[in-house]
Amino acid sequence: MLNYFYHHLLSFAIWLPVVAGVVVLASANENKANTTRWIALLGGLLSFLVTIPLYTQFNFADGGLQFQEGFSWIPAFNINYHLGADGLAVPLILLTSFTTLIVIIAAWEVIEKRVAQYMACFLIMSGLMIGVFSALDAILYYVFWEAMLIPMFLVIGIWGGPNRVYATVKFFLYTLLGSLLMLVAFIYLYLNTGSFEIADFYRFPMPLQVQILVFLAFFVAFAVKIPMWPVHTWLPDAHVEAPTGGSVVLAAIALKLGGYSFLRFAMPIAPDAAHHLTPYMISLSLIAIVYIALVALVQKDMKKLIAYSSISHMGFVTLGFFLFNNIGLEGAIVQMLSHGFISAAMFLCVGVLYDRVHSRQIEAYGGVANTMPAFAAFAVFFAMANTGLPGTSGFVGEFMVILGAIQINFWYAFLAAFTLIFGAAYTLWMVKRVFYGAVANDQVAALSDLNKREFFILATLAVLVLALGVYPQAVTDMTNATVNELLTHFAQSKLPTSLPAGL
Amino acid sequence: METIRYDLITALPELIVLCMAMVILLTDLFISPARRMVIYSMAQLTLLAAAYFSFSSHAPSVSTAFSGAFIDDAMADVLKLMMYLGTSFIFVYSRQYLQHRGMFRGEFYALVLFSLLGMMIMVSGQSMLTLYVGLELLSLSLYALVAMDRDNAKATEAAMKYFVLGALASGMLLYGMSMVYGMTGSLNLAEINMALMSGAKIHAVMILGLVFIVAGLAFKLGAVPFQMWVPDVYEGSPTAVTMLISSVPKLAAFAFVIRMLVQALPTLAVDWQQMLMIMAVLSILIGNITAIAQTNLKRMLAYSTISHIGFVLYGLMSATMNGFIFAMFYVVSYVLMTLAGFGIILLLSRPGFEADKLDDLKGLNQRSPWHAFLMLIVMFSMAGVPPTLGFYAKFSVLQAALAAGYIWLVVFAVLMAVIGAFYYLRVIKLMYFDDPLDTHAISAPMDTRVVLGFNALALLVIGLMPEKLMEICIYAITSSLS
Repeated sequence: MLNYFYHHLLSFAIWLPVVAGVVVLASANENKANTTRWIALLGGLLSFLVTIPLYTQFNFADGGLQFQEGFSWIPAFNINYHLGADGLAVPLILLTSFTTLIVIIAAWEVIEKRVAQYMACFLIMSGLMIGVFSALDAILYYVFWEAMLIPMFLVIGIWGGPNRVYATVKFFLYTLLGSLLMLVAFIYLYLNTGSFEIADFYRFPMPLQVQILVFLAFFVAFAVKIPMWPVHTWLPDAHVEAPTGGSVVLAAIALKLGGYSFLRFAMPIAPDAAHHLTPYMISLSLIAIVYIALVALVQKDMKKLIAYSSISHMGFVTLGFFLFNNIGLEGAIVQMLSHGFISAAMFLCVGVLYDRVHSRQIEAYGGVANTMPAFAAFAVFFAMANTGLPGTSGFVGEFMVILGAIQINFWYAFLAAFTLIFGAAYTLWMVKRVFYGAVANDQVAALSDLNKREFFILATLAVLVLALGVYPQAVTDMTNATVNELLTHFAQSKLPTSLPAGL
Repeated sequence: METIRYDLITALPELIVLCMAMVILLTDLFISPARRMVIYSMAQLTLLAAAYFSFSSHAPSVSTAFSGAFIDDAMADVLKLMMYLGTSFIFVYSRQYLQHRGMFRGEFYALVLFSLLGMMIMVSGQSMLTLYVGLELLSLSLYALVAMDRDNAKATEAAMKYFVLGALASGMLLYGMSMVYGMTGSLNLAEINMALMSGAKIHAVMILGLVFIVAGLAFKLGAVPFQMWVPDVYEGSPTAVTMLISSVPKLAAFAFVIRMLVQALPTLAVDWQQMLMIMAVLSILIGNITAIAQTNLKRMLAYSTISHIGFVLYGLMSATMNGFIFAMFYVVSYVLMTLAGFGIILLLSRPGFEADKLDDLKGLNQRSPWHAFLMLIVMFSMAGVPPTLGFYAKFSVLQAALAAGYIWLVVFAVLMAVIGAFYYLRVIKLMYFDDPLDTHAISAPMDTRVVLGFNALALLVIGLMPEKLMEICIYAITSSLS
């Protein structure tokens, strides 16, 4: 029995939360919302616990895919249920199951209507996202990737703010457009390789023109998800309108799906195109970093500000990818994790304020530190982490990416580093206006400080942000071998030695 | 004598349906209105018996009857079984609706069985004449069904429109067939094929005949530019009849296309591929874009049907074995989705109230989370979002089209699918994000609820495990066309 469990760790990680979500839905009873909450918490906790062996059983020396399992799923199309995870996927899987647990706790008394559906959406979504991180068959991956849109669509649409319908439909259609083009690329590769196995895609040689088309099809899908400038416009809308939990999952995990997929699909399948298009990719990343940071500076809505800050920080991630060196790539991965914790924490902080005052506008606050000292301490800490203060996780990733960039081109590094100042400006200016100064109005005066539940969530995240900042080896040890493996993949040219027939 | 017996046994399911339709018509004269459930049960039993004989007499080998005018092959059997299932679902979903509107009469069941008989003959037709007779039987029954609600001006108008345009299309089809007959000297599909294979040069009259045949078929399928009747007929007909028109006959029309174009005229494939391609692209374009502007749910589904037909044509225009298999898979999936969708519309209707406006779905999640969830599955399946059946349907036809080299047409279809997703999402938005306008309790008999749940969940379950359905389609097409 235990043996079976250890051989199907990833399947358990995917399907346990999905089953838990279905159980929560089945046990739905509006009058006994508390029972529902406890069931959901139990489900979330179990789902988190089953992902822990992925860390303890991980072979740190192996850069390839571990925990592989699979069977033939749809033989008519040669589609397999094939799972596996490497040093890139495992940290993201842990991040997913952990964030889901946090979201369930954070929603405890905040969500009052249709509790069961809310909890179920997040549990099911968690399983589906873990599926995205661990699928090694393109169609299996695609099914998880698309299916994950459904619960997110509902979360934003049902529990979101006043303009939720516009935001959620925009979110869905943007993502769908990108992913359908990716599907066309998958089918193209399948028709040429006879399989949907990602490993077979890696081995398939393509001339540069074809590679560029394939790369662009992937690029549209992933750039929308990350999001990269100029296809980022769905994100601020979605974040602003989503309930706190939705924003947390979007920022902490959904954006990473795009980053992860670049490394898993676009770059190894079309490496020559990736190298060929590097100048464009780096330009887009730098525009995201600099321009979006400036946009964040003028936001009046706290959630929107954090949303733009997310885009800017994800710019570091894509910059790190396309440097094609060890430290840049590793930094990008650390940055993804760190951004997962910090953005989650920042959105939870806004959620704490919103639950009390029901406003996300910066001008509705002022002097919150006077009435909520403990909360202010946490919020300032996370704000510092967001600006990349040494000692926090935010510093490690960005610093590594900048180090990587300076090896390639001084001006890349200069522009990226320069933006840290903007980052500090918009974050700290917001902190100043919200938390410091005199108590702005009666509502702020009447605020009560964090309750135990909120304190617990924020404290956990604070510990993680510090831990990753002080001891990043916990992650980098895991990613080291994988990063080397990925870089060798990217370095291998896949241009055919002779043109295949028909081209 | 022996051949006659053999012929009759080969067509046994058709004979059962025919006899029972007439028995039902007669029984209805002598039965008191309070005991009409007997009629309903007889109709369901007819389907069961026909299914039993279709299934038990099935053999992978092909048997022909009536001097080669009638064929019983794997494709015919599979499609017929699907038709029985679909018709049975229609009977279950529509019972309460018909009772509330005074249409729960023997005529409805007799006419539906006659239209089913027409479809069965189309599926098994091996001569142009059989195909045509089957099609006319289907069409005439449908014209009468649309006009069943006699006092409804809209329904009468729809019936009139359907009849006039349908007769025109039948005329075109017949004209085309006569040219093919004139050039090849045979009505039998296999003989037509032989004649064309051996003949040296394809005469221009053949192409002209083909154009008329394709136009007639396109009308029956509801493909652009022959789609004008679809929205009006969908909207005007009683919802139970709309459900019938939009679902099961598409299986028969698919079989008609396969028999006529693939079995009889494969030598003209280059010509009909181009025609199908134009219709496929236009259907997807016009179907999806016009659907956005609709406020009537039935009209929206009408345009959605047009776009689905476009996807089916994507499979057919590839003119490869895989293309035909995947087109069949698409049609079968489409029928399952449509039945579930209309099942929910019928469920929400009550005496004096048709739930045919989009706004009638508002807040369904608050009124009944279970039914909202079922409709959610149907809508995502129609939009082609995994893990539902609709995804594999789209995925497979696009794969066939890509394999045939139509890469930019596939990209176009994908862009249109995104536009299509918008109006399906709007239905979900109304159900989940809005507050209900209508707070009446939903009442439905137990069997309707169970069958509806089964039907909608099947979209999810087959979506997770599409292998079995795909195998059936592969089996049906490969053993019939090889």
